[in-house]
Amino acid sequence: MTPFPGTDTIIELTYLIATALFVMSLKWMSSPTTARHGVWAGELGMLLAIVGTLLNRSIVDYKWVAIALVLGTIIGVPLGKVHMTAVPQRTALSHAFGACCVTLVGTAEFYLRAPAVPKFMMSVLSMEVILGSLTFTGSLMAAGKLQEILPQRPIIFKGQNYVNLGMLLVAIGLAVFLVLHPDRTYLFPLILAIPLLFGVMMIIPIGGADMPTVISLLNAYAGLSASAMGFVLDSKLLIVAGALDGASGLILSVNMSKAMNRSFANVLFGGFGVEQVAKGAQEARPVRTASPEEAAEILSVASKVVIVPGYGMAVAQAQHKVRELYDNLTKRGIDVKFAIHPVAGRMPGHMNVLLAEADIPYDKLLDMDEINGEFPQTDVALIIGANDVTNPAARTDSTSPIFGMPILDVDKAHTVMVIKRSMAAGFAGIDNPLYYLDKTLMLFGDAKGFVGSIVRELSGGGTHG
Amino acid sequence: MKMDLFTSAYVFLLAAFVGLEVIRRVSPLLHTPLMSLTNALDAIAVVGAILLAGEHKTTLSTVLGTIAIVAATSNVVGGFFITDRMLKMFKASRAPKT
Repeated sequence: MTPFPGTDTIIELTYLIATALFVMSLKWMSSPTTARHGVWAGELGMLLAIVGTLLNRSIVDYKWVAIALVLGTIIGVPLGKVHMTAVPQRTALSHAFGACCVTLVGTAEFYLRAPAVPKFMMSVLSMEVILGSLTFTGSLMAAGKLQEILPQRPIIFKGQNYVNLGMLLVAIGLAVFLVLHPDRTYLFPLILAIPLLFGVMMIIPIGGADMPTVISLLNAYAGLSASAMGFVLDSKLLIVAGALDGASGLILSVNMSKAMNRSFANVLFGGFGVEQVAKGAQEARPVRTASPEEAAEILSVASKVVIVPGYGMAVAQAQHKVRELYDNLTKRGIDVKFAIHPVAGRMPGHMNVLLAEADIPYDKLLDMDEINGEFPQTDVALIIGANDVTNPAARTDSTSPIFGMPILDVDKAHTVMVIKRSMAAGFAGIDNPLYYLDKTLMLFGDAKGFVGSIVRELSGGGTHG
Repeated sequence: MKMDLFTSAYVFLLAAFVGLEVIRRVSPLLHTPLMSLTNALDAIAVVGAILLAGEHKTTLSTVLGTIAIVAATSNVVGGFFITDRMLKMFKASRAPKT
């Protein structure tokens, strides 16, 4: 390129504008009415920054850059088109891609600078590759579990936490040694390899219900590693973008760990599923069951219904049937709302996206804190594929493993109906006393089929309701 | 060089605080699109990868940079795309029919 004065200034300006747009982008996300502006601001910022970078005079060869940009777009388009139920694994996969990019750039930067790497530079570089590589394999594992390519059951062995912690400490120790002796370049592959293994080990003990926390945590790690990369490349734009992503992941992780009643430290070190040992000894207690006709009858005379969706609804793809039920009940003048527990589903906000996809207005989707006060005035709480988040033992039974976890107070509604495939315990392997209450009716069956039957009853013979 | 790193540290500190304040205000309703959006923004790392691949300093750096561009670009394209698709679905209740 023929250098002309001012190019550097123009490039810096595009970065500055992009930084501002990124912050605005997240600010607009605060409300569903402005959120799409956020996407546009982000896209514009990204475009400016990429065009600005392409003007850089130190680029001597555009061939590979162009090929890679085209290839990335070809991969990216289908990843943007996945079905809404696949969003959790897509998100995990994109964390892996982000971390992959950061780790590769970090590796290249190390070998370009080695052996004379200044101490501070080596510190951030180590942080970049350690966080990047553990996020890479960790996210791939999470995506594999969510896609059910890998077994979803947590794999737990004795001393797991010590092994994991030990690996991380060794990696950090090696990094510190490299900072002090940057000429020992042969150590560098180790601070790549150990975190890569750690990422796998970190996710092995994770079960499905812990996925929202894990995905959030991996999000935070991905952000921090990108920020570290910004330090290495002296790119303020990257530092800001990484810090924003890291902050977002951190906030979500804290939210999720609160909603699961886990200490954040416990979450940080990846000691998730370990303490949850299912206790057996479940005696068969009588429960009341009801048919779709009876359920339809009770719903049709209600004046206020709260639907509690959980992962079971997502698995059964029942959200569109739920929407039909919502329409039918609303037309009868019944007040229908949805109660969303923060950890319902497999990632933060998972239920909201599925219900929005089924065209349920977002002002009917209420957060746990917003809806809990309304249960005492609720005629029917209809639980679809949720279990532990409705377990009153969390409030009352101090011996329960989930004691202290904030739950949806469905047991305060006049009638509780639970659509469930069988009496099998939930993820945590804990019996749910809710099911044995006099006011509770168990509706055994597949969520989609059962809700469909209720809707048929309501629209067929239910006009007298 | 040393001063640059300190400037960077200040930038990080301020951006982290801004991020915490701004994102705290995001409704839990939008936490899934929030995650896919921050993910797409995070893929600005592509800028570093472009320079790495384009500067063509060593074969290793070019190869790693090229793969890094592919990974990041797929996040940019896929991330913005799916975020917009999700946000389009969020609709408020229509005015009640009487």
